Amino acid sequence: MKATLKTILAKGGPFLGLVLVIAFFALPAETREFFLTYNNFKIILTQTVIVAIGALGMTLIIVSGGIDLSVGSAVALTSVVGAMLIQRGWGPAPVLAVVILSGGVIGLLNGLAIAGLRMTPFIITLGTLGVARGTAKWLADNQTVNYDGSPINGWMTTADPFSRALPDGVWVAIGLAALTSLLLRNTVFGRHVFALGSNEATARLCGIPTVRLKVLIYALAGCFFGLAGLFQLSRLRQGDPTVAVGLELDIIASVIIGGASLNGGVGTVLGSMIGALIMAVLRNGSQQMGWPTYFQEIIIGLVIIVAVFVDRLRRNPAGS
Amino acid sequence: MTPAVRLCLAGIRKSFGATRALQSVSLEIAPGEVHALIGENGAGKSTLMKVLSGAHAADAGTMTLGGRPYLPENPHDARRKGVAMIYQELNLALHLSAQENILLGAESARGGWIDRRHSRERARAALAQLGHENLDLSRLAGEFSIAEQQIIEIARALLIQPQVLIMDEPTSSLTQADTEKLFAVIGRLRGQGVSVIYISHFLEECRLIADRYTVLKDGETVGTGAMAGASLDHIVTLMTGREVKDLYPRTARAAGPVVLTVQTAVSPPRLRRASLEVRAGEIFGLAGLIGAGRTDLLRAIFALDRLSAGDVCIVGAPAGRASPRERWRQGVGFLSENRKEEGLMLNQSIADNLTLPKMGDLGHLGLVRGGEQRRIAQRWLGELRVKCRDADQPIGQLSGGNQQKVALARLLEHPARIFLLDEPTRGIDVGSKAQIYQLVSELAAAGKAVVVVSSYLPELLGLCDTIGVMCRGELTVVRPRARWSEVEIMRVATGST
Repeated sequence: MKATLKTILAKGGPFLGLVLVIAFFALPAETREFFLTYNNFKIILTQTVIVAIGALGMTLIIVSGGIDLSVGSAVALTSVVGAMLIQRGWGPAPVLAVVILSGGVIGLLNGLAIAGLRMTPFIITLGTLGVARGTAKWLADNQTVNYDGSPINGWMTTADPFSRALPDGVWVAIGLAALTSLLLRNTVFGRHVFALGSNEATARLCGIPTVRLKVLIYALAGCFFGLAGLFQLSRLRQGDPTVAVGLELDIIASVIIGGASLNGGVGTVLGSMIGALIMAVLRNGSQQMGWPTYFQEIIIGLVIIVAVFVDRLRRNPAGS
Repeated sequence: MTPAVRLCLAGIRKSFGATRALQSVSLEIAPGEVHALIGENGAGKSTLMKVLSGAHAADAGTMTLGGRPYLPENPHDARRKGVAMIYQELNLALHLSAQENILLGAESARGGWIDRRHSRERARAALAQLGHENLDLSRLAGEFSIAEQQIIEIARALLIQPQVLIMDEPTSSLTQADTEKLFAVIGRLRGQGVSVIYISHFLEECRLIADRYTVLKDGETVGTGAMAGASLDHIVTLMTGREVKDLYPRTARAAGPVVLTVQTAVSPPRLRRASLEVRAGEIFGLAGLIGAGRTDLLRAIFALDRLSAGDVCIVGAPAGRASPRERWRQGVGFLSENRKEEGLMLNQSIADNLTLPKMGDLGHLGLVRGGEQRRIAQRWLGELRVKCRDADQPIGQLSGGNQQKVALARLLEHPARIFLLDEPTRGIDVGSKAQIYQLVSELAAAGKAVVVVSSYLPELLGLCDTIGVMCRGELTVVRPRARWSEVEIMRVATGST
């Protein structure tokens, strides 16, 4: 009996958390009517897209034993780049490609500095957090970049807001999550990411090219952050160099709530996605309860602490 | 007057869930006695020590200390009652001074302010008791050698005037010379009436230092007696429950062509100069004190450390960039002396650990075939008789000996032609040791070249065909095994001519 409870906790911890959070907001009379509707879940899913795509890249990085604090700035910079290209009359496909690549370049630079200079990711990405944000403001001349219109604007909405269809962004996030999960669990690259995060010395000893691998991980994660920047652009319909401040903290929180360890070697894509959903549900529910934003922030902060504590309980059962 | 028995344990039992760690343990120790506690890994020594030091409560049985019932509630309580423990992994705050470490948790203070003079006197007194009054108390603990750090730790234990001092594998990271110094310290403690429980895998050491011994097997006391009259064979038989006739088997083998050459290799700061040649079918031993550069030489050969001068040549393999990745390709395998920090990914599965170097080959279009991976692991688990649940179990849950077998299987599976083994039997039980010796000599018989680094001289002399001795970063003398003795190796290793 006890064993089965432990298995449930171990396998479905984050999922259980999601159910709990949904139940919490579904029960009170004042929110029940609207909260548990298809349309509200459509809103929640749409609001999750940016954090979720960022969390895919962050999962790779955190499982490899690293961290990236520059995500919010990277999203702002890439969304400014996208807006400027649309201004110049580029079509959606080349904009998509260049925005993803520019995210990849930021990640590549992070990776080269971390692996090449052998510095801790925390310091390097704290630095690029400033550099990327500053560059975004510089490129945008310290104001929002506006454009007349682009098909990209439609990627985070549906033509008819009351239709049952989900926006393209949601499907992209779901598809990428499936692919990333496959990448992490079933490919040589993915297993090497786990090895690197679990014990870098062992990875090196076993002939894994750790420097190259690190650069690759940050560059690939950067591509995810670039795509997140594009969806940010699509949501705002303008390039804003001051957007997404602190987004990295939401993304890191999602990955950690999803069961990953900041020490590396542990984490799943599914967990991170559920973590991102938990954050979105909390935001959405608090709004509907009419709670002020500062209250939301307090709640989310506490949830992170509780999630990690529960996670530790289920890894080291009490007594030891 | 002192009672004839200081510490007495009778019928101690302890279970964790369904596992019976201790079935029925009894132990008697007199004042001023050094008592060796011997047993394979998993025999219950650690659990027994945890019961003694108050970390676990026994399920049944009685303990008396100085004739009175002894029931420690926690390690702190045990210390107060006079039972102190020195763990294998030293517990020092490396950024604090020696003095602060000795007095940690027992500082002399007046109204919250440290009384420096009184502190110094107490620390000095504890060191004097050990015969080390010259140790510089104001230096940071991290700046001392391991042996000196151990002295600091023992001095801390002495502050409470312990009646019983438990030492867990105190010599596992000491050189021969430091071991002798430690034995002098233990001898002084004995003279002061302290009872010492001495846990070690090194039976020769136990014989040197202990007055009596107790052997544990599967959580039971299977034998006890005076050390003086006991033969090592008898003790090993008690430990393993079988007769170990020939610990170091010698297979029929002939040295083939040279497969590895090292020419005047230099790798700062520790490796100053080393040249050697190893042939196929040869077991080459590297002896020397800790810090003499043996590990550094192996790491340089495997390209984990860079050479600043000299050359490493893997004969018969395409030359490539010097990197661990290239060395695997050339058929070289390296076993780290440090399983936990370097050798293994403790929270990953046995299968992942075993197949890590060749995951690329297991893949098909970049995908890793988990079934194939598990099948390979399962085969080695059976072949090397590794005790575990299955290949998916996290390797950190296995005993040291079983972890080491998996780490070796990684090289066997690769398959390597040249084996670089750094302290292959450190901290593992006698049964696993015998198995690893067998395996290594079979490898040599099959024409593989093996380089073994070991601090345990009987092992080198028993196993190797050729032995080189390192001293202060230089590989000074290389001779066939028959021309070495323990004394001679130590003479060269310590640089005394």
